[in-house]
Amino acid sequence: MTSSSRATGIGRHFEKGKKSLPGAGGGGCPAGGNDFQWCFSQVKGAIDEDVAEADIISTVEFNYSGDLLATGDKGGRVVIFQREQENKSRPHSRGEYNVYSTFQSHEPEFDYLKSLEIEEKINKIRWLPQQNAAHFLLSTNDKTIKLWKISERDKRAEGYNLKDEDGRLRDPFRITALRVPILKPMDLMVEASPRRIFANAHTYHINSISVNSDHETYLSADDLRINLWHLEITDRSFNIVDIKPANMEELTEVITAAEFHPHQCNVFVYSSSKGTIRLCDMRSSALCDRHSKFFEEPEDPSSRSFFSEIISSISDVKFSHSGRYMMSRDYLSVKVWDLNMESRPLETHQVHEYLRSKLCSLYENDCIFDKFECCWNGSDSAIMTGSYNNFFRMFDRDTRRDVTLEASRESSKPRASLKPRKVCTGGKRKKDEISVDSLDFNKKILHTAWHPADSVIAVAATNNLYIFQDKIN
Amino acid sequence: MLSKGLKRKREEEEEKESLAVDALWLDPGHAAVAQAPPTAASSSLFDLSVIKLHHSLQQSEPDLRHLVLVVNTLRRIQASMAPAAALPPVPSPPAAPSMADNLLASSDAALSASMASLLEDLSHIEGLSQAPQPLADEGPPGRSIGGVAPSLGALDLLGPATGCLLDDGLEGLFEDIDTSMYDNELWAPASEGLKPGPEDGPGKEEAPELDEAELDYLMDVLVGTQALERPPGPGR
Repeated sequence: MTSSSRATGIGRHFEKGKKSLPGAGGGGCPAGGNDFQWCFSQVKGAIDEDVAEADIISTVEFNYSGDLLATGDKGGRVVIFQREQENKSRPHSRGEYNVYSTFQSHEPEFDYLKSLEIEEKINKIRWLPQQNAAHFLLSTNDKTIKLWKISERDKRAEGYNLKDEDGRLRDPFRITALRVPILKPMDLMVEASPRRIFANAHTYHINSISVNSDHETYLSADDLRINLWHLEITDRSFNIVDIKPANMEELTEVITAAEFHPHQCNVFVYSSSKGTIRLCDMRSSALCDRHSKFFEEPEDPSSRSFFSEIISSISDVKFSHSGRYMMSRDYLSVKVWDLNMESRPLETHQVHEYLRSKLCSLYENDCIFDKFECCWNGSDSAIMTGSYNNFFRMFDRDTRRDVTLEASRESSKPRASLKPRKVCTGGKRKKDEISVDSLDFNKKILHTAWHPADSVIAVAATNNLYIFQDKIN
Repeated sequence: MLSKGLKRKREEEEEKESLAVDALWLDPGHAAVAQAPPTAASSSLFDLSVIKLHHSLQQSEPDLRHLVLVVNTLRRIQASMAPAAALPPVPSPPAAPSMADNLLASSDAALSASMASLLEDLSHIEGLSQAPQPLADEGPPGRSIGGVAPSLGALDLLGPATGCLLDDGLEGLFEDIDTSMYDNELWAPASEGLKPGPEDGPGKEEAPELDEAELDYLMDVLVGTQALERPPGPGR
């Protein structure tokens, strides 16, 4: 994956989006509270029409400070971008992200016992909170989780006694004087090394990893089981959830996502393919098969169809930063839940309701099984999720406004404001609207991330990573 | 329009019909909402779902979520097509790939038999990767030998790695296949015509007589796997 920051140049500023009639697909007003104006900042990745499968981005994650942004791809590579320090002489470069480290995290493997290829695709990356100069992250493919240490080296020791500058060992008998090695500066080198490999604990495909707030343990979830690990111990993990039925014939539900509570180290949630979320407390028992709380919205009988279950399948679940709420993403909507209310969500935001009448086609081409992720902004006042045609949606929880934006090369002029997009559902198509039938379902935005504090977002569009910033701030 | 996937003309027409039907009975004001939709659309959805199910199972490692969702959808469609018919228990072998012929009655039995055996074999996959257990442990209690035939259909779909091809009772079913390659000589490293097949691994693992040379070879393979999993050196 090549990095290609756009050079600063003459910026073109679009007018704020024209006000349009409210309807499906979002209004014309910018969202994100306080009149955010999202602008293009950077795009990373090749511009070719022919996208190599290996370059498709499969996960995006900011670290705790937001200074580092990691992406994983189908080829098993991890690319980490670092935010440049703000430079007074170049105010417009306002914290650009440039490549910091690239490494091959996972390789394709062959399981000889089952005669199966194990994909090297990185399913998830999760950062550990920073405790010293080095950075640590967990990356996982379908079967194996790895702890990577990313460290900088900008000094080199010179003047060893037992070896000369080429590294050849010196004969100790020839040494007549001793010297103290001196540290000399060198060009910055960023090294990534695997510190732990957590393998052989998952029979099914790992879909989630989540670092605990105790900073010592983490969980990994596959389709049927969730395991608890200690970061220091690789040869053992504890199984804390197991929904595998005694007879596989009775299998009707799988685990789709899991996450630890941001503050309560004994609490985690996991979502299912039937649209349910279970909150578990590890203090209650060693095996958390019985939930403490059960979140499910009763099905609306008027919208029942053959596809009801598939579209209710939750593809992502995320706690708010405050820990008071959580958000779930199913095929057509994002729901915000209050942890104290299990009966129904606090808010439901429609992502692309216009697809409801197209479910049959989407079932046929398998798009109905796409797994979209969602994320909170730093203050939990806004949420974001992706859609098709390289569209992504933002919902402002305070102002109740939402907007549809597009990650495309066309709107990639430096610091150009993103124009709100609108999907026309029927009748006369207005200028600048796009009709449902013209949407490109191969351009999916499945992975998005929001900076933990600032108004910076990263959006993965197939093999490209777009970074957008807020003009005001 | 919606890209991805090959479309035959016949399916396109059926899809348009399905879309129209979708819109019809998704209308909350429509009286037919609570009732089953017309059979034509259901049957095309049924066919589509069966194709998806087979396709999913033909993967060497099926996506469990996709599989479960398709199966559940198939059950829903089936239930709406024959709401009064209770699914019969698993007695007879399935009509496997040619499901399009019998939509209702026989496909009920066929489907549940197939599904039962297919999901059963997924558990067999897991059984093989764990500490050695006899295959019989994974099966549901009271599963008769007659049930072996449906398993076999599933084994075909799931691929060679999932089955223990040398199990008693199955050999007769391979009369038309040249089984010489599955003989014990396979494990001697010097044997000719040996497919570089890790696929033969699970089959051999279950065979009762493994002499020392074969065990050594197996250990080498396993150790080789372990070596692959060792972390790469620094500086990658």
